[in-house]
Order: sequence, then structure tokens, then C-alpha cells
Amino acid sequence: MADLSVNFAGISSPNPFWLASGPLTNTGYQVMKAFDMGWGGAVWKTVGEPVINVSSRLAAIDYGGRRMMGLNNIELISDRPIDDNLREIAEVKRRFPHHAVIVSLMLASDPTLWSDMMRRVEDTGADGVELNFGCPHGMSERGMGSVVGQVPEYSQQITAYAKSGSSLPVIVKLTPNVTDVRMPARAAVAGGADALSLINTINSVMGLDVETWLPDPHVADRGSHGGYCGPAVKPIGLYMVSALANDRRVPVPLCGIGGIETWRDAVEYLLLGAGAVQVCTAAMHYGFRIIDDLTEGLNDYLDRKGLASVQDLVGKAKHRVGDWNDLRLSYSYKTVAEIHADQCIGCNLCFVACDDGGHQCIDRLPGQRAPVVRKDDCVGCNLCSLVCPVPGCIEMQDIDLGLVETWRQRQSRVGF
Amino acid sequence: MIPTDSTLRAFEEVVPPLTDREVHEEALRCYYCDDAPCIQGCPTGIDIPRFIRQIAQGDLAAASRTILDANIVGATCARICPTATLCEGACVRTRDSHPVAIGRLQRAAMDYAMQYVTGAPRLPRRQTQVTGKVAIVGGGPAGLAAAAELLRHGCHVDIYEAQAALGGLDTYGIVSFREPLAVSLWEGELIRSLGATVYLNTHVGTDVAWQTLKDQYDAVVTAVGLGKVPMIGIAGEDLLGVWDALDFIQQSKTDSYPQIAASSRVVVIGAGNTAIDAATCAKRLGAENVRILYRRGEQDMPAYDYEYSFAKQEGIVFEWWTQPVEIVGTTHVEAVRCQRTRPVEGPSKAVVMNDTPSWLMPADIIIRAIGQTKSDALWRLLDIQHQGAVPVVDPHTYETSCHGLYAVGDCLAPSAEATVVTAAAQGKQAARAIIARLEGHSITKQEG
Repeated sequence: MADLSVNFAGISSPNPFWLASGPLTNTGYQVMKAFDMGWGGAVWKTVGEPVINVSSRLAAIDYGGRRMMGLNNIELISDRPIDDNLREIAEVKRRFPHHAVIVSLMLASDPTLWSDMMRRVEDTGADGVELNFGCPHGMSERGMGSVVGQVPEYSQQITAYAKSGSSLPVIVKLTPNVTDVRMPARAAVAGGADALSLINTINSVMGLDVETWLPDPHVADRGSHGGYCGPAVKPIGLYMVSALANDRRVPVPLCGIGGIETWRDAVEYLLLGAGAVQVCTAAMHYGFRIIDDLTEGLNDYLDRKGLASVQDLVGKAKHRVGDWNDLRLSYSYKTVAEIHADQCIGCNLCFVACDDGGHQCIDRLPGQRAPVVRKDDCVGCNLCSLVCPVPGCIEMQDIDLGLVETWRQRQSRVGF
Repeated sequence: MIPTDSTLRAFEEVVPPLTDREVHEEALRCYYCDDAPCIQGCPTGIDIPRFIRQIAQGDLAAASRTILDANIVGATCARICPTATLCEGACVRTRDSHPVAIGRLQRAAMDYAMQYVTGAPRLPRRQTQVTGKVAIVGGGPAGLAAAAELLRHGCHVDIYEAQAALGGLDTYGIVSFREPLAVSLWEGELIRSLGATVYLNTHVGTDVAWQTLKDQYDAVVTAVGLGKVPMIGIAGEDLLGVWDALDFIQQSKTDSYPQIAASSRVVVIGAGNTAIDAATCAKRLGAENVRILYRRGEQDMPAYDYEYSFAKQEGIVFEWWTQPVEIVGTTHVEAVRCQRTRPVEGPSKAVVMNDTPSWLMPADIIIRAIGQTKSDALWRLLDIQHQGAVPVVDPHTYETSCHGLYAVGDCLAPSAEATVVTAAAQGKQAARAIIARLEGHSITKQEG
């Protein structure tokens, strides 16, 4: 049995799986139920001056018969009084002293408000706070949420408000709705953030009903952009986590968020540098019960890999993702496709994909089911292997051409 | 007989339509192959991946047009094609899972069209437009397919049909629990909506002279099918209670269901698809005891596997290696005298009767289902080159030795089991040959 416990920025948790701040952490009932079922921590739904919400709130994009590949939400922060939330947080912490209870906060830009709130959170016994600088809808129009996260100076200032006069770990939750996530991240660190969590949801319009021309979701006859999340956003989350994990000016723990549904997703975030992960859409989709598969799967994986603890994964592959300029150029290293004829079912999807959207290097031969790759012309783009419906049928084979040269090395060689 | 509610229920289509949900899920199983093998597997070359993708995208009307574009009797084919040996047999997913249920998806699209599409379907216009007059003799699937293709190329088409409705065997020879009558009648209406002039109850040769057609039309397509079920050639076939299987099925599809008492013992002679249809039809009309007699063994049976399975599920009893030698009765059938057979040693399929004693199998109804009569009478009349009862046709154009006279469909008496889809493909091919010929002296317009 591997050790699944983590210590994230001084916050200990029996496992690295936390519920992300959202509709699923709105009440003590939900968080206690989740802890009973095995979740390691929870970030309480953002507490602030209670808001009035709208209805309806969620919409999803389905793909290939599967529901909710992506989810979008226009619900705002908690619509419950601050007192009620804090009382329930205190109760949860009393009953689950070893679980991580983080309070997500969003307040106006006023140092007194912040210091007052930090004291009240400390009184609950909560393990830390997460500053919601990411919510892209509703609150941002009121000067909070992602408008803070999008302006590094604001991020730094408000982080500093939260840090002053409190010893609670402060996690800053970043918005992905920026051109370079390193800038607000560095600003939060400069403001004193103990850790960062990312990504918050992405600006999105989920779709229109082509019959009624109404957006999804819609409130009466109008819609608004909302926060996009779910399995579809994982690649964006992975990119941003890796960008920060490799940024020397962001020397704080990272909590990975975005499209985590299975233990494999979590392992990817951990390997790229996340010290813990947060899950929202998957638990909203299938319920808290998915935690068993997450912990069991992660444990089996660690055992299989001969690793003793989650910590042995954190950041272990972060150096594998970096600057394009450090990739070996194609005269140095390439891959070529090999179609294994014995596995080919004859759909010709590789052929048409290569011919129309690739580099025209797959041929069909008369009387033969399996198309054939002209290896000399193959640039190793992977497209054929991606469209092939048979796992393993198209193999991308490594060809090391001896010379090791990246763009950066080439430029210095030719004297730029 | 006036059908009871239970008879009507028994004659509802056996294979249920897929639910909307099932249709969607099944459509998503299609890989949308490029140059898909399933298209090669369809004699009419329906663009199957395309229509399935249209279904997956929720445009069933477009899917039905894709089907009808290639096969105007697509609604019939969706029900009775031996898909396991055609499109679905060629589906790449036979190799990694199980084939996409192409037939049932096609039916979903065609059911939609039958229910919701009114008037002529908006089929893509054929680029080549010709002027010409073509007579089609026989309004079965081969004739309808030829008609559709000719009409879409601008031809004037007159269809001469001896029966009271279009559809041929689709209308009269397939039991309605496999293909409801409404399906083939709808296909007939489609042809009318495309512009065909239809002369029903008109038998060419008696009501209209063949020579008149040859004189008045640029081309004549004979799609006359085959004849009645032949006599077995044993005593007692004229007794009351002896049926021709096609007459039996035809009666079940028109207003008067054949009357069969529950106590009736029905014996069907032959083991092709029509025999199965007749046997299951008798069963559903109420007969508790239905037997199929076949002079060869189970593995030689010409009926499709799924037909055989269906018959067994329906409780039909099979008597293999059994030959009827006499039908016994005074005015009405009472029994059939049977004799065991055995295969002749060697590669031939011939059988001989055993020397063992014959026995009497009690029967109230005998249904002959030993194929259809082939005759050379018409070919001789038309002075067409023929081999036996089969006219000689060009394998590409289906033109006979008589210039401008084409022959398609079951009247070509294929040695293998005749299928609707093959007949439709032949009709289409003959039509294209006619168009190519007419093109020589017609205006050709390019589609804008």
C-alpha cells in the first residue's frame, strides 16, 4: 500500500483528492458526505457577500454519445449568508480534523474586509483559504473574480491583504483567461501566496439551440458567457500547471484543477508538478462515490510503479514539457508511421486523413486491405495513428538520426 | 376471412424499429470509413457511411435521400436484404467488434421518410438529362428502380403492371410481418411522384401488345419476374387445400386472410425463403401444427440463416430428407404420403428415394413452395436469344438480343437466391445503359 497522504503548503490531507470549490461544496452536508466517502479535502464554495443567483445555470457539451465532455456554469459564489457558511465549516472541521478544509474567498478590494474575514476563517479551524481570482462570470463584472486575476497588480495587492495579519496558508486560484498565466502567478507569489491552484473555468458560450436560437444555458430569453470546465479542459490545465512548475519565479506548490475524472488524469497533473488536485465536474456528474476509483487507482498505480508515496510523483515529468526551441529538429530525430497490416480492419481513415490533412504519404495498394506508409515521405505527424480506430495498429516508430540538434543549438551553430 | 385483432397483431412487423436512442448510439458506432467496404457490399452502392453520419447528426430526411438516391426501394431493402452477406458482412467492424446494424439504421431513415416526407423526395438531379420514352413491363423492384433512374434523367416512363398495385413480390410475395404492405405501396407512390405514368391491371401481351410497346417507345424494359409455383408432379395436387405459396402469401397481404383453423395441420413443401414465409404465415394465421418438408438436409436449405432461426422460433417443424410422393384425400387434402430420401454418393446435389416404406403424414393444408416457374414462352414470342428459360443479356447493359429491349430482375432466373437489391441494381444499370444510348440524340444540360 502506497502512502496517499499529502502535505500541501502546510495543509495535510489523507489523499491528494480535494473537491474543488463549486456547487458540490456549498454546504456542510455535502462536504461531510464527501469526507465520509473518502475525499481528502474540500475547497468550500466561495464565501462572500451572499449573492442572488439566476436560473438556469449549467450547460454541457456532449460528444460521441457521451454526456458532459465539457460543462459550463453561470452560477455565482455562495448565495448563503457568511455566518451560515462559517458555522458549517467549523462543524465540518470539528468532525473531520484530519481532512483538508479550505475556504474559498471573494471579497471587494478593501484591506479591512480581508483582515476581518481572515480572522473569522481562522476561528473556524479551517486549514487555509483559496482566493477566488478566477471566476469569469458575474462577479467579474462587479470588480471581483477574474478581473482581479487578469491584472497582476490587483492579484498581488489582494493576496497581500489576505496575508497580512493571518498565518493561514493562502492559495491563490488563477484564471486561465489570460495570455500568459505566469504573470498573475508571479504577482500572487510576490503578494505572499503560499500556493497556487489552477485552472479556474474558461470563458465560454456553450452553444445555441439551433431550433430556438437560444443560448445554453439561458435565463429566460438571454444567456451569458460562463465558466467552462470538465474533461475537455484538461489539456489547458495541464499546460498551465506545467508552465508554472517550470517557472523559477513561481517557487510555490501548485494544486492542479481542470478535467480530472480518473486517477490517470490526476497522475498526469501530479507528474507535471501539482502537489494535490481538485475535482469538480466529475463528482458533479457521477457523485462523490468516484473517490474510491481515484484512490484505489492511484494506489495500484504507485504500487505497480514501485513508488512509496504520492510525493514520489510530484513534478517528476515537468522537465519533459518545455520550450519548442529545445526539441530536436526533424533532421535530428523523427518518427514514422508503420501500419501493422495484420491488425488493419480496412477503414481507410488513415489514408484519407493523411491525403487530405496530412502529408500525402499513405498509399492504398490494389487488392490489399491495409494502406502502406511511404516512410521516406512521412513527417511523423501522428495524424494517422490518431484517427486509426484500432489501438496499436498504427505504430509511430522512433528514428534517431544520430546528430542531436535543437533549434536553439542550430541557431548558435549557425551564429545567430 | 375477416381478420381478428389477434391476427392483425400477428401480422405486425416482427422486427421492431430501433428506438431513437438506439438509432443514435448505433449510428455513432460507424467509423465513417473512406471508400467504405460496405458500399462495395451493397449491389446498389448506397453511400452507407454518409447516410449513417446524417443520422448521427440528426438529419434523417437527408439520410433517406442518400439511400433513395442509390436505391429507390431502400425501404424494402432495409427490411429484407440479407445484410449479413452484403453491407454488414463487409463492415470493418466485423473485425474489431460486430458490424454496424446498417439495415436497421436504413430502416430508421426510411421510416422517417415514410412518416414525414411528403411529395417527391428532393433527390439530387442527374446531370445528364435526356428526352425519350421508355416502357417498363412489371412494377416490381427491378422495374421501379429502372423507372426511378430514367425519370431522374428526364425520360418519360410508362409502367405496365398486371397486378392492382405496384411493388411486385415486395407487395405480393413477402409476408407483412416481415415487410408491411404500406412499405412497398409507399415505394410505388414514390415512383409516381417522380413522374411515372402507371397502368395497373394491365397485362402486356393480352391488354397491350408487345409489338405496340416496341413500336411506340425508345426502349422497353421487361421486369416481369417469374411465374407461379410449379406443380410438384404428384397425384392429388388438385385437391382442395393445396396452395401455391405465393397465392397464399398474396392473400394474406390483401384484404382476405386465408382461413386456417387452429386444428389445421399445415405441410409446406420446400425450404426456401418463400417456404419459410408461407409456413410462418400459416402459423400466425392460427395453425398449431406446421411442418416443412425438404428433400435435402439442413445444410442444403436455400433459406437464409435468419429465416431458418425465425421459423424455428415460431415453432415450425422441419422434416429433412423427406419427399412428398402423393397427396391423399377425396375432395380435400387429408394427408401427404412421404418417402425418405438420401444424397447420391459423389459431388452432385442429387437425391434418391430410399427403399424404406413410405408413410402418411396427416395434413389439412399443403403449400407448395418449390420455387417459381421459369418459361421461355415470352422470349420465344419476342424472338429473343435465350438459354433454356433465361434470356441472354449483355452483362453490363442488360440489353437482350433484341435492340432496345432490356431484361432485368427475377426473370433472368438467377441460379442463386434472387434478392430485391440485386433486381434494383439491375434495373438501375439497364436504365443507365438506356440513358447513355438516348444521350446520343438528346439535349445534354449541365446542372447549374
